[in-house]
Amino acid sequence: MTSLPKTTEKRLGLAIDLDTCVGCHACVTACKGWNTENYGAPLADADPYGAAPEGAFLNRIHSFEVTPEAGPAQLVHFPKSCLHCDDAPCVTVCPTGASYKRVEDGIVLVNESACIGCGLCAWACPYGAREMDPAEKVMKKCTLCVDRIYNEALPEEDRVPACVRTCPAGARHFGDFGDPDSTVSRLAAERGGIDLMPEQGTRPVNQYLPPRPRDAAPDLDVLSPFLAPVAEEPKGFLGWLDRTLDRL
Amino acid sequence: MHPAPSIIVFTVLSGLGFGLLAFLGLGLPVVTGWTALVFFAIAYLLAVGGLAASTFHLGHPERAVLALTQWRSSWLSREGVFAIAALLVMAAYGAGLVFFQARWTPLGWVGTALSLATVFATSMIYAQLKTVPRWHHWSTPVLFVAYAVAGGALLAGQIALAAPLLLVAGAAQLWVWQVGDTRLAASGTTLGTATGLGGRGGVRSFEKPHTGPNYLTKEMIHIVGRRHALKLRIIGFLLLTVVPWLILVVLPFSHALAGLAVLSHIAGAFIARWLFFAEAEHVVGLYYGAHAPPPSVR
Repeated sequence: MTSLPKTTEKRLGLAIDLDTCVGCHACVTACKGWNTENYGAPLADADPYGAAPEGAFLNRIHSFEVTPEAGPAQLVHFPKSCLHCDDAPCVTVCPTGASYKRVEDGIVLVNESACIGCGLCAWACPYGAREMDPAEKVMKKCTLCVDRIYNEALPEEDRVPACVRTCPAGARHFGDFGDPDSTVSRLAAERGGIDLMPEQGTRPVNQYLPPRPRDAAPDLDVLSPFLAPVAEEPKGFLGWLDRTLDRL
Repeated sequence: MHPAPSIIVFTVLSGLGFGLLAFLGLGLPVVTGWTALVFFAIAYLLAVGGLAASTFHLGHPERAVLALTQWRSSWLSREGVFAIAALLVMAAYGAGLVFFQARWTPLGWVGTALSLATVFATSMIYAQLKTVPRWHHWSTPVLFVAYAVAGGALLAGQIALAAPLLLVAGAAQLWVWQVGDTRLAASGTTLGTATGLGGRGGVRSFEKPHTGPNYLTKEMIHIVGRRHALKLRIIGFLLLTVVPWLILVVLPFSHALAGLAVLSHIAGAFIARWLFFAEAEHVVGLYYGAHAPPPSVR
């Protein structure tokens, strides 16, 4: 049934730190790799070595420029994947029951063998979290690496989503937002976690931790650009090299 | 939104077909025998042809029967259930008229109600989407039902009803265009709320996640057609309402002219429905730098 559960036992999701994300796209690559080789249909590409390559991804990194009223502009790298919303509109629009939200952990999944590829769930998602697979013609989305997080064949430190495991900056955190004492809940509380597009009423589980305030720019003398450049004569070995090269 | 030809053909033709069935169910006109067969054949060709076209955009049409299962939650599922129910009921009602010269009146009423419910469910597939503010409004079902009823009256040859209903559909369309243009701004969704960074200053897309297109940009972010939107609106409105109305009301009646009125109306409906999709702004476009206000406003 594509009706949403009233509550879920856990609210698994990601806390994404916009302060530390460096925009390296490592999580995108890790996600694509894991989800091509494991759960569900492989994440396909269309024309991968041709003139116009494109493909399905479950995680994409945007970069936005924020220009405050005063002070310098700031670049914010912005990873975006499924937010596993409590009121997921992608689930209720599904005509076949392929799209569902799990009662036990709140993960939103697609039963690919029941998906007719109508695309309505992608239309219903405000975040662009769902993409049609160009080869399999079924809807693909972040599974929160459901085949990693409970997988006892993996070492314990690997039982987190591939994007979290790979992030070199520690900008992605995985946990249960239903537990107020979990790392992600505490991070969201301490850092003022943000819901994306709250006015859409989706009640996203994933939280975005906003950039911390920046240090003020150093107070430069207005005349400093007009100062003569400091050009000391090189001494020692470099001085000898300089003179020798001049003579050549 | 990407104006997929299969969806435009589906919504226009099935809307007309179910509109015609709604009038036949009311006995407008009361027809029997061969005449009834022709009317019902036209209605079924339009309704079923439209539904068949809608399966062309599915990735897995062979699983389409699963789409009838989620009627409790999904408008797309409800549309399928209503459509099949309407077609079955009207087939029984039509069989009475064609083969037994008998009009089973209550059955016709049920068929009319189911036909209109089908069009309403079609419109709700779009109206339910908060992500497309232009559609997320009760005017969307009003527009779809107005189109179906006006086109149905025209096809059913109910000139006295069709003339005013064409004006109603045209007026509804003009109103929807007028207020639809303001609805994205009125929705309050901006790149600021989409990123949660709006409180810090102006936000603009600096770099997209990739250099090429993707499913999202091709499906949700259609900008090409908007350049000629005003001209298309004028042409669409003329063909949809003005030309058929003039033919019905001003010119003397002839079957050839009535046919011309129908063709003009359908052509106008196709243009208007193309614009319905092409002009619709999906909020995901904000992440990709679409729908951004000009720099002076930012």
